[in-house]
Amino acid sequence: MNFFQKVGMGRSRSAESAKERLQLVLIHDRAGISPGKLETLKDDLINVISKHIEIESDAVEITLTKERDQHRLVADIPLAPTRKRRHSIS
Amino acid sequence: MSAKIVTITSGKGGVGKTTATANIGVALASTGEHVVCIDADIGLRNLDVIMGLENRIVYDFVDVVEGRCKLRQAMIRDKRLDTLFLIPAAQTRDKTAVSPKDMVRLTDELRQEYDWVLIDSPAGIERGFRNAIAPADLVLIITNPEVSAVRDADRIIGLIEAEEKGPGKLVLNRVKPEMVRRGDMLGTEDVLDVLAIDLIGIVPEDESVIVATNQGIPVAMDANSKAGRAFHNIAHRLKGEDVPFADLGGGDGFFGRISRMMRAGGES
Repeated sequence: MNFFQKVGMGRSRSAESAKERLQLVLIHDRAGISPGKLETLKDDLINVISKHIEIESDAVEITLTKERDQHRLVADIPLAPTRKRRHSIS
Repeated sequence: MSAKIVTITSGKGGVGKTTATANIGVALASTGEHVVCIDADIGLRNLDVIMGLENRIVYDFVDVVEGRCKLRQAMIRDKRLDTLFLIPAAQTRDKTAVSPKDMVRLTDELRQEYDWVLIDSPAGIERGFRNAIAPADLVLIITNPEVSAVRDADRIIGLIEAEEKGPGKLVLNRVKPEMVRRGDMLGTEDVLDVLAIDLIGIVPEDESVIVATNQGIPVAMDANSKAGRAFHNIAHRLKGEDVPFADLGGGDGFFGRISRMMRAGGES
């Protein structure tokens, strides 16, 4: 067993990770949005939304997904915990 | 006759464009078809050595484009198959010596007298690639079952569609059935899932290709070699014949399992 097979926890199925990595990279390639660009977009979004609502900035996730031929930008933006929000309002 | 113009391209270098061009040419010509292979990789010519015709070059494609000789004078007839010809690339020039219009004009001259014109595209997505696909009726995209080659193939598929040369057909080259079987190489199904394109051939990794290249005899001259057989199957499919695809370890389900049990690998 070589190094790369050990990395796969002794069960070498590297073709699966190849396929998963490919699918992810192709979503970015096809949409013409690099992961770096997505990060910048995320920071901008956080800034804009934070002006209006208190959010958990560290937990924000922006991802590109693809269902059939439809590319989709999915934003998961958790709000700050309720108690904290009440506190800050008062 | 009215030739069909087929461009062989890949994006990534080193995946087997030139080998595929030479071998599909050999396979088509061995069924009696009249075939011209054009090396469009100006400045980095190699189709001549793969076909074993490097010692017979007098004129090249750029000489034709610039009017120093007739198209016919730049055509080298194969040593073994008298319906197979090569037009070599210039070695001391670059891609800008030829334009897409030149490609269309010169291949149109060949349409009347031949059945197939195969164009070996350079790697990349720049001028050389654009020259190579300009006259194409059909584009074959060669890839290997590797992340980088498949990613580049996807880019090429997009560019070909943008040029309205699509959708193109895929040749999956250098498949190692044993690695696919144990889950360490992308299988045909995986690659087709990701690229969503029609398949025209699966070529197994075969040491005979290296031996053949060493000798300047395309592997398809031996129709019994694993890779040679796969290239002959591609030629038959290009001619519109229905040749079933061999399972190279990637197929699931009953037939995949049965054929995996029965076959040592390679297209049959």
